[in-house]
Amino acid sequence: MRKVRVATTSLAGCFGCHMSFLDMDERLVGLLEHIEFSRSPINDIKHCEPCDIGLVEGALCNADNVHVLREFRQNCKILIAVGACAINGGVPAMRNHFTLEECLNEAFLDEIGVDNPHIPNDVEIPLLLSKVHPLHEVVHVDYYLPGCPPPADAFVKIITDLLEGKEPSLPREILHYD
Amino acid sequence: MNSVQGAAPTSDLTSASYHDDHLLHRLYALQQQFQHIPASSIGALAAELCLPLAQVEAVIDFYSFFHRTARGRVDLLFSNCTSCGDLSLMHDLCQRLGVVPEQTRADGAVSIGEASCIGMCDQGPALLANGRTLTQLTPLRLEQIAERIEASTPIEQWPAEWFHVHDNVRKNGLLLGTTFSTGSALVAALEKGAQTMLDEIIASGLRGRGGAGFSTGMKWKFCREATGDAHYVVCNADEGEPGTFKDRILLSSHAHAVFEGMTLCGYVIGAKKGYMYLRGEYRYMLPELLAVLERRRKLKLLGTAILGQSDFDFEIEIIVGAGAYICGEESALIESMEQKGGVPRVRPPFPVTQGFLAQPTVVNNVETLAAAAHIAVHGGGWFNAHGSDKSDGSKILSVSGDCTTPGVYEYPFGTSIQRILDDCGAEHVQAIQVGGPSGTLIAPAEFERKLAFEDLATGGSFMIYGAQRDLLHVIQNFAHFFAHESCGFCTPCRVGTTLLKNGVDKIATGHGTQYDVDELRRMAALVKRRSHCGLGQTAPNPILDLLQRFPQAFEDRLVHSDFEPHFDLDKSLQEARRLTHRDDAEAHL
Repeated sequence: MRKVRVATTSLAGCFGCHMSFLDMDERLVGLLEHIEFSRSPINDIKHCEPCDIGLVEGALCNADNVHVLREFRQNCKILIAVGACAINGGVPAMRNHFTLEECLNEAFLDEIGVDNPHIPNDVEIPLLLSKVHPLHEVVHVDYYLPGCPPPADAFVKIITDLLEGKEPSLPREILHYD
Repeated sequence: MNSVQGAAPTSDLTSASYHDDHLLHRLYALQQQFQHIPASSIGALAAELCLPLAQVEAVIDFYSFFHRTARGRVDLLFSNCTSCGDLSLMHDLCQRLGVVPEQTRADGAVSIGEASCIGMCDQGPALLANGRTLTQLTPLRLEQIAERIEASTPIEQWPAEWFHVHDNVRKNGLLLGTTFSTGSALVAALEKGAQTMLDEIIASGLRGRGGAGFSTGMKWKFCREATGDAHYVVCNADEGEPGTFKDRILLSSHAHAVFEGMTLCGYVIGAKKGYMYLRGEYRYMLPELLAVLERRRKLKLLGTAILGQSDFDFEIEIIVGAGAYICGEESALIESMEQKGGVPRVRPPFPVTQGFLAQPTVVNNVETLAAAAHIAVHGGGWFNAHGSDKSDGSKILSVSGDCTTPGVYEYPFGTSIQRILDDCGAEHVQAIQVGGPSGTLIAPAEFERKLAFEDLATGGSFMIYGAQRDLLHVIQNFAHFFAHESCGFCTPCRVGTTLLKNGVDKIATGHGTQYDVDELRRMAALVKRRSHCGLGQTAPNPILDLLQRFPQAFEDRLVHSDFEPHFDLDKSLQEARRLTHRDDAEAHL
């Protein structure tokens, strides 16, 4: 039987969701009987192939994030927003209280100890969006996996549910944080 | 700014019924004096009123009429209601005066912003100038206002007729058409005694006129039976539902009946103190209301030993709000009376057992109390001879919108909507919002429905939309209203009303897809089901009503694709392009 193909990526995130994904530990071994990875930091494949499931961590803060997200949406049958940043903007969105100009001035012009102050403008560097956005404001998102990060059990549950052809549903213990 | 420390109370209104030691009143005085609440005054005020600093800070932030930074010496707030608002006039004036909305002009002379419905729907467009009401605005009038602002003419010297508010009573009914003889309800009450009077009110079938329709007699009975150190009567004059202005008429022309209803309630439930919570937008009526109370004191209808009865004491105090729709909800109103932000309480316990200062409290609408006073004189049978099966008596309506004679109309319950439309000269009507944004939007097919609690309930708002109106635009206005007025206490309402607003905006600006409509429906159901109080529970109504009755209003605007982003991606890179001086292919999306 063909294995279910999964792609993962981190946009404006901290890779904490990926670390939590790896916290599935030995359960990953069993899971690999049923799934294989396309683009993912785990294997360093650079572009997303046609996949069954896409797991996207992090918010959208620049043009490259938008390109990557669009590639995932085009190639993944099911797209899952993983973690607080992907769902709400999270920590990266804290800059939304300031203008982009204020942020860049603080980092590259006004900060004490800045050498050769100028705002980087190499064409290789993706331009920043004026505000940080959650994924669902730019593409259609099928499921949301909440948490900062979502616990490993939540990854197990959502992937297992999808493998079994069920509508994913997280039990209260996994969603209850305090 | 240090000079404001311990600033003396500045109100010249201090009377037996308006106290300067209420936080809302002190903040109002500071706002009037300095155009904002100076940070340096907050500590002294908190100490003087023996309130926690955090509470004072929270109250300043909660109410729309208090500001942390200075507004203009003339602060104009244009109503943004669909009936008494016209924001194109606001934008014209902003341009004329060189003002950015919500920002004070550099010279400090003027600031211009928006306010939720200010209750002038029968004589709009309207605005508040330093809290005073100007109605029937025209481009010419705005020109005259602009000239006076540029000439630094104080508002007190603007022509008095600009501030005139008309009653516009178009149709008298059971209450408005029956002359009320001052004192007659109390004389009747003393003759019959409290228990008999209570039975009379119960027998009359009177139900709350604020919209919810709870039996007034039962409310009084529960409160009378509740034990406590003191009992209180509260008159809810925080008429904030957009399109409602019928209490304005009762307060300006029938204040004796209203105050007498309060006193009667005090007699029945055994209260010695009553409060009227007057919406900040109606502050212009305060001097006259205080004068009425003073007259009642002289007539021995208020104060100690009322009508010579040594055991009948009752005082009335007026507390003026500061621009918060949520304070119309009875428990939020009580919180506001207790010098806090207007966050609704968990109910039960209901105010009848634990209300103001945790004591048994009756909170009644202005119209309910006026009706109770009439019932005391004429009897329950006189009242319930009118109306429908489950809705006795009459209802005073505030009719506004697209009709020839907007104003106040009183009808017996059971009157058909079409009859009302005929009376006010409304033709080619597309839809009516009955009961304000939190009520029901009805289509022409429903115009034979009846005005009644069992059919179409309303707190008094009746907004008519003619054929030329864009209904989606109307609903967009309501969505903005609820997002602005949500008190922020519970997440479903705080976040949900904003998501609903964003969703309607997206569709209204031509960026919505069928997916967005489905999301809107899902979110509306969630906000309705999960919100803490009536605000959130009713905020999605206009959207759901429009979806059900006028689906075309949405469908006409939809983009036929699977998904549209919520914002313009390429535009979102514009600031970065400017800062990096880039315009290459990679600098666009």
